[in-house]
Amino acid sequence: MNTPRYYVPARSHWPIFGAVAVFLTLYSMASIIHESSQGYVSLFSVATAVVAGFLMLYMLFGWFSEVVNEGLRGMNSDQLKRSFRISMGWFIFSEVMFFAGFFGALFYARTFSIPWLGGEGAKGVSGMLWEGFTAHWPLIKTPDMSQFQGPMGLIDAWGLPFINTVLLIASSFTLTIAHHKLRDKDKEKTLLWLGLTLLLGFIFLFVQIAEYSHAIHDINFTLKSGIYGSTFYLLTGFHGAHVTLGAIMLLVMFGRVKNDHFTPDDHFGFEAAAWYWHFVDVVWLMLFTFVYVL
Amino acid sequence: MSQEGVSQEMPHDDHHHGPDKGILRWLYTTNHKDIGTMYLLLALGSLLIGGCMAFVIRAELFEPGLQLVDPNFFNQMTTMHGLIMVFGAIMPAFVGLANWLIPLMIGAPDMALPRINNWSFWLLPFAFGMLLSTLFMEGGAPNFGWTFYAPLSTDYAPPSVTFFIFSVHIMGISSVMGAVNVIVTIFNMRAPGMTFMKMPLFVWTWLITAFLLIAVMPVLAGVVTMMLMDIHFGTSFFNAAGGGDPVLFQHVFWFFGHPEVYIMILPAFGIISHIISTFSRKPLFGYTSMVFATSSIAILSFIVWAHHMFTVGIPLAGELFFMYSTMLIAVPTGVKVFNWVTTMFRGSMTFETPMLFAIAFVVLFTIGGLSGLMLAIAPADFQYHDTYFVVAHFHYVLVPGALFSILAAVYYWLPKWCGRMYNETLGKWHFWLSFIGVNLTFFPMHFVGLAGMPRRIPDYALQFADFNAIVSVGAFVFGLSQLIFVYNIWRTTLGNKGEKATDLVWEKPTGLEWTALPSPVPYHTFQEPPKVD
Repeated sequence: MNTPRYYVPARSHWPIFGAVAVFLTLYSMASIIHESSQGYVSLFSVATAVVAGFLMLYMLFGWFSEVVNEGLRGMNSDQLKRSFRISMGWFIFSEVMFFAGFFGALFYARTFSIPWLGGEGAKGVSGMLWEGFTAHWPLIKTPDMSQFQGPMGLIDAWGLPFINTVLLIASSFTLTIAHHKLRDKDKEKTLLWLGLTLLLGFIFLFVQIAEYSHAIHDINFTLKSGIYGSTFYLLTGFHGAHVTLGAIMLLVMFGRVKNDHFTPDDHFGFEAAAWYWHFVDVVWLMLFTFVYVL
Repeated sequence: MSQEGVSQEMPHDDHHHGPDKGILRWLYTTNHKDIGTMYLLLALGSLLIGGCMAFVIRAELFEPGLQLVDPNFFNQMTTMHGLIMVFGAIMPAFVGLANWLIPLMIGAPDMALPRINNWSFWLLPFAFGMLLSTLFMEGGAPNFGWTFYAPLSTDYAPPSVTFFIFSVHIMGISSVMGAVNVIVTIFNMRAPGMTFMKMPLFVWTWLITAFLLIAVMPVLAGVVTMMLMDIHFGTSFFNAAGGGDPVLFQHVFWFFGHPEVYIMILPAFGIISHIISTFSRKPLFGYTSMVFATSSIAILSFIVWAHHMFTVGIPLAGELFFMYSTMLIAVPTGVKVFNWVTTMFRGSMTFETPMLFAIAFVVLFTIGGLSGLMLAIAPADFQYHDTYFVVAHFHYVLVPGALFSILAAVYYWLPKWCGRMYNETLGKWHFWLSFIGVNLTFFPMHFVGLAGMPRRIPDYALQFADFNAIVSVGAFVFGLSQLIFVYNIWRTTLGNKGEKATDLVWEKPTGLEWTALPSPVPYHTFQEPPKVD
């Protein structure tokens, strides 16, 4: 039996460090949100948030570097590499389910709650609650306009969102080309195509911010615009956060390619980041279809 | 727990010796046994805290009228009792058992991702610390029930709800990471020859449980995020004035909530299958059908959620669909019950403590399942909804169901883990007092529920007085008898009392953890994979 043993790290301070960092981050976020709803924000909460942020960065950097270095020292057996692949796959599945919840809310509002509010079906309630409300989507005129001021216009799917669709799809192709170049041991071309992917990702984020700014300032479309704004901003906002995360992953991979961490047949870090990027891409296609176009 | 006599194992290993000394062992550990122990201790702590909250509830309900606590605090107790028991006691206990047992059962050196494993654990004390701290905040702890329906949990919630939301987020991260770890371990770490259809049932049930966790915990994270946005950022997910719907909350919550119910019972099915087979001295009847039944239950669990919502005003087609799909679950569950009974049929049965708990599980869980079938009938549910009948139903599946299976598992595997037998007499006392206590507590709830006593109310009409007094007495008997269990565990492990366990511990149990390892199990096991035939 000459197969290398499964690498079980003896002990590690990163997990407890990570638990403290996650706790402090979420606790300080909760405190700040809680306090601002009471009309103030304490210095203590802000200071905790800053410290927690640095701890998170330090933990992520330290923990990932340790794992990367173990890989570079050849401590990872094929079996362990398989563990990484399987776990990344299931992690992405959990992210899919996270988005599924918000899409569920969108579909529910469009299929059930708004038609019902408009008086459709045996459960229609509009006559009792908001007389004269008619069902329509996107919801411009909310049932109670004094509480939730609907937007003054719509977002045109074929403007900025369409540009963003093209950008993200293109970035999926450039990333795949980068992957092929990595397999061909062409480091310079890999960096070129990976850099192009990153550039497309950053332009996407920039366009998204421009779109938000247009929506907020020109047509008064905000989180407070009723269920249309709620689902729109939660879905696109979480998607944007995931694009940011994916871009950070790709940025790290850029550095790792540069430092020759990868070989043509062993570059799981790169593949994991690429899977994540494609996942984000697919979510966008769903968003484009159901939030913008239909 | 005692793990002496470990360091002479595996002399060829350069960096794996025995455990570290002191607190750092527990903080820095990557060992699945240490982490399993910590999960189990956390669960025990939560059980006692959640149990004290149940005492407050039952003391208040001992007689009609408001005696001990004000209604708002009563609501906080019912809410926190539910949350602590579900997320703090039952779930971590099963994860602890998974940590201890899965690597031993499949012949793996450890969990697949040992550092993530420790991280998953250590997130939990912080999450529960944050949740419990809400009790001391202005406006008190969450008081909207463990199901935190909007708008009770949004427009009318105490300010501490923000901290509740973030503590749910931490638990979610922990559960998803833990579940990923379990799946990867089972897919990738099985000893050569351990094919899927040779895997012990506990491993099978946990594989399916882990899948459910990964599928639904993110949805829970989504629903609490929507709450947070509604409360603080002006969205209207659960507010009809903006085109949303409070019922949407219930849909998303129960899409998580119903699979969650099976997350809390599937590993129990695995445990009971092992114990009944060992003490009947027969192989489990219908192994393959058990695997398929478990899978069917898991799949069905995604399409039954609205049976919790029959009375909120869903369309008739919805009522019918969810009624029939719910009833379907009785089929695979029935397969399991019949398999257990058939395993016992004509076996050479003996009745050690784990077996007593296992048999009680089969009987009492079936009662809970049958009352569930009653609740599944939509028209009848209009009468049962939000009464004590529902409380009786889910406590029958969670207490003599999930909790009894955990107690049975601890009695069954503890001798293997620590190398000493627990005290059988104390175990029997624990069982019989628990058995009597649990039935005294929860059986009369069926009657008062059918007669219309609503749940989550600190006061009640006079005609319910006698049964409620009995229920309260039963609750204290049940709760206090758990101290026997705590003492029994303490004396066996830290107290080092009790006979030394043999390697097999029981008479001819099957499975790698019994046949391939000494008692107590060494700190590191299966660094070379065992042979499985």
